[in-house]
Amino acid sequence: MNLQINQDQINETYELKLTGEVDAYTAPKLKEVMLPLTETKGNIVIVDLSGIEYMDSTGLGIFVGALKSSKANSSSLKLRGMTERVKRIFEITGLTEVMDIESGVKGEAL
Amino acid sequence: MTAKDALMERYQDLLSVYLKAKTETTLYKGQQFSRKLLEQQISPEDLVSLHIQVMDQLFPDMSEEMRDSFDFLLESMIGYGFAYREHQSLRDKQQQLESEIEVAASMQQTLLLSDVPGFDQLDIGVVSVPAKKMNGDYYNFVKSGNSLSVAVADIIGKGIPAALCMSMIKYAMDSLPEEQMKPHLLLENLNRVVEQNVHSNMFITMFHGVYEPESHKFYYAGAGHEPGFFYHAKEDEFHDLIAKGLVLGVSRTTTYHPYEKMIEVGDMVILLSDGVTECRTSKGFIEREEVVALIRKYMDLPSQKIVENVFQELDRLQGFELRDDFTLIILKRLV
Repeated sequence: MNLQINQDQINETYELKLTGEVDAYTAPKLKEVMLPLTETKGNIVIVDLSGIEYMDSTGLGIFVGALKSSKANSSSLKLRGMTERVKRIFEITGLTEVMDIESGVKGEAL
Repeated sequence: MTAKDALMERYQDLLSVYLKAKTETTLYKGQQFSRKLLEQQISPEDLVSLHIQVMDQLFPDMSEEMRDSFDFLLESMIGYGFAYREHQSLRDKQQQLESEIEVAASMQQTLLLSDVPGFDQLDIGVVSVPAKKMNGDYYNFVKSGNSLSVAVADIIGKGIPAALCMSMIKYAMDSLPEEQMKPHLLLENLNRVVEQNVHSNMFITMFHGVYEPESHKFYYAGAGHEPGFFYHAKEDEFHDLIAKGLVLGVSRTTTYHPYEKMIEVGDMVILLSDGVTECRTSKGFIEREEVVALIRKYMDLPSQKIVENVFQELDRLQGFELRDDFTLIILKRLV
């Protein structure tokens, strides 16, 4: 399974739309695209996860890294459109408490 | 006759047969012969040089241009020769690294091995199986005074960095004073250690609990760990053992909520890693209810037998290919 990343940009707002799976194999690709965006002060990085059916803990780690980077560099990171399965792992790990997550969860069906 | 002479003779035979009959079979034999050449570590330019010698013998009257063209070819092969030798040396290095990883992995196992302590009031079962050489799951039992503490952790990120991180956790836990062994305080302390010392992409999920035999209370706290289960014998029901909290290593000031539960005779505390619930089969993921159903199926057996049987069934459902490290622990109150 693969990960597809579509990127849109309006001024300092970047939107990443992810489709596929974020796991140990695809996580480096996501990191390569997402992390540099969080390193510029004032950037707003929005990640749309509605196309993600599976994310493992390595994938989650990339978001933790991006969150730390956005705090360190005064940019902002927002997640939206999580499927139930993805939302569950953000909830279990307590990350929903520290991350900016837009409500309005989409169902499993795509 | 040296191995090289033998090879030369064989090459000469094959080539002359081919030049006479030009059959597919001989071509195929040539292909197979190249494997022998590799085994004998014959480099590309050695083969060309071999070809020249054989051609000289087969065709003593070869035209001068033809002969010179072979010399030119020989020079042009030098680069491939370097690449071949580099490949050889990389392969040697890789084998060396692999054996070093083997040694490190077995050292890790020895260092981190936690004996399941004998504990009169509890029947304890543990299975912890790595998906690869090094286990990213960690569990630990410590008897202190009359109580028993149990920890299960999952280090995110696999392989060697995770293993090193795990050693750090173990020694940080070992060096905490006893008054900080309360689960929520222990997690707060560990969180500070982890936050300062791990790479920003890494984090650790952990469940920590302490059973006090006098009060029959189980005190626990969780740092983003996959919830376990609690089996309440009186109701004959399984519940999720929820212990909310942020994973270790994200924010230095995180605090953790203390939880407690009365454990009655026959009750079970079931702890697991997400390798248990993230099992993937051809039909999709294994749901938590299915794990519960498996535990229920074997729950009349001793705890060690339950965990082993559940592991075997889940392993079989995944086609005996673990995707993630797998840890399952059961504590059952006997008296």
